[in-house]
Amino acid sequence: MFEDVRDLYNATIIERGRRPQHMHRLEAFDATAQGDNPMCGDRVRVWVKFATDGAIAETGFDARGCEISKASADLMVEAVQGRQPADARALFAAFRTLAQTGQCPACAEALAPLLPLASVHEYPSRVKCATLAWQALVAALDQPAGTTGETSRE
Amino acid sequence: MNAIPPLFDVARVRAQFPILSQTVRGKQLVFLDSAASAQKPRAVIDAMVGAMETQYANIHRGLHWMSERTTDAYEATRDAAARLLNARDRHEIVFVRNSTEAINLVAHSYGRGIMKPGQAVLISGMEHHSNIVPWQMLRDAHGTELRVAPVNEAGELDMAAFEALLADGRVGLVAITHMSNVLGSYTPAERIAKLAHAHGAKVLFDGSQAIVHRRVDVQAIDADFYCFTGHKLYGPTGIGVLWARRELLDAMPPWMGGGDMISSVTYERSTWAEVPHKFEAGTPAILEGIGLHAAIQFMEGIGYDAIAAHEAALTEHALARLSAIEGVRVIGRAQDRGGVVSFTLDRAHAHDVATLLDRQGIAVRAGHHCAEPLMRSLGLDSTARASFGIYTTPDEIDVLADTLGRIREFFA
Ligand SMILES: Cc1ncc(COP(=O)(O)O)c(C=O)c1O
Repeated sequence: MFEDVRDLYNATIIERGRRPQHMHRLEAFDATAQGDNPMCGDRVRVWVKFATDGAIAETGFDARGCEISKASADLMVEAVQGRQPADARALFAAFRTLAQTGQCPACAEALAPLLPLASVHEYPSRVKCATLAWQALVAALDQPAGTTGETSRE
Repeated sequence: MNAIPPLFDVARVRAQFPILSQTVRGKQLVFLDSAASAQKPRAVIDAMVGAMETQYANIHRGLHWMSERTTDAYEATRDAAARLLNARDRHEIVFVRNSTEAINLVAHSYGRGIMKPGQAVLISGMEHHSNIVPWQMLRDAHGTELRVAPVNEAGELDMAAFEALLADGRVGLVAITHMSNVLGSYTPAERIAKLAHAHGAKVLFDGSQAIVHRRVDVQAIDADFYCFTGHKLYGPTGIGVLWARRELLDAMPPWMGGGDMISSVTYERSTWAEVPHKFEAGTPAILEGIGLHAAIQFMEGIGYDAIAAHEAALTEHALARLSAIEGVRVIGRAQDRGGVVSFTLDRAHAHDVATLLDRQGIAVRAGHHCAEPLMRSLGLDSTARASFGIYTTPDEIDVLADTLGRIREFFA
């Protein structure tokens, strides 16, 4: 009956949505922020720890929401690992285009781990589920060092 | 003599809603989201298009034929709304954009104009955001208090707690839903009004959901304010009604200034038009008002007895079918309830459920339903919600139930 939703609810998304590998709070972190989707009540909090060179050393998250938002947060953690904040932002921009349109014009290799979410563009009301964790991440990256807790709204 | 319930022929009702023959993603549409906004019958569509094609002009100001015809048509809606609510006086009907605007009007005009700082507004634990936020804004701007009467396990207003919150006599206004858009529960309007009045408070009912399913008589309830929104009553968006007792409207200051709401204007001062026009600044939603008249006539044509009987049967069927599915939990078990059924599925989040239902052409709502505080008190962040209208059939509920069972297997 649901063969047509397997493009979005594929094995990776179901697995990551159900058993996320990075859904935990970081004990020591440099920045944290929360993303809220007021449309549906989804909420993601992201914690980030930076390496001495400013790159993202570790990311963790906590999510209240659907399979898509959890799976996306989980894949995001891996995609931004070791990247400089500017690169993580650029990756979000590319991912957002992918999520909204299904296209990734300059489809960098970095985007590969996020491709399981590519068909979310065919579910317009679910695109925000896929981008919420990224919103929170960028809000955390935007914070001046030493502040926490800013809320980002998509 | 017992009245024989009028025959309700759902196929004939459905035939009047052009949209219901649509297919969605190749499947027959199963529209179970009427509580968010209802579909429109042919009569409403034709009334609006007909007005545009034959007589449209601005109202209350033209001296020409077109304007007079359109003014008459628009004002006839006021009579229809007064009849629908059994208002004493057609001047008690104030046109607004929707329920949200009606409640904000009361919060501004009655709240700031008549209530005193230190008085309290009492709402319930199952309000839509539109009946929470205006009272918070009033609290912050005017120094009133905001009290919340809890809802019990079954999803009914806790009447003992409600009464206790009135006891100190400081509540100036009770503002409460007449039917929950999440739990489907009705509130006992007559008892609420009686208790409120006994403690010196006025009472406003948010009838956005209730009036769709049940006859409302503001005099029998002994309400002070009652509001509803046209688009849930099979009418257009952009038009709603605030009913209030004449003496309250007379005493209340206007909240928006402009054309139509004045009697005369000089640079020194202006004087206000009579009610209800005092509260109707600017060119109103003329076509939508005309459409609302058609919607009210449509409801009256079917009759609330038939509507209520049809929807009670649907609700009973839905509760039985959904409760029988393993892993489905129905949220809200009020004794007195209507055709709005919220539920959760153990294996999947409500959004995922809604997306999979949508792929089968079944439209439900998922989320917090603009009632975040209620959801929080239930320990939930979202539910799926199926809601029924006059065009809903038992077969559609069966399709929903069967599909939910399959969704559960999908997420096994
Ligand atoms: C109980 C209740 N109150 C108020 C509203 C607000 O209606 P509107 O958005 O038309 O103002 C709704 C519907 O959204 C509702 O269900």
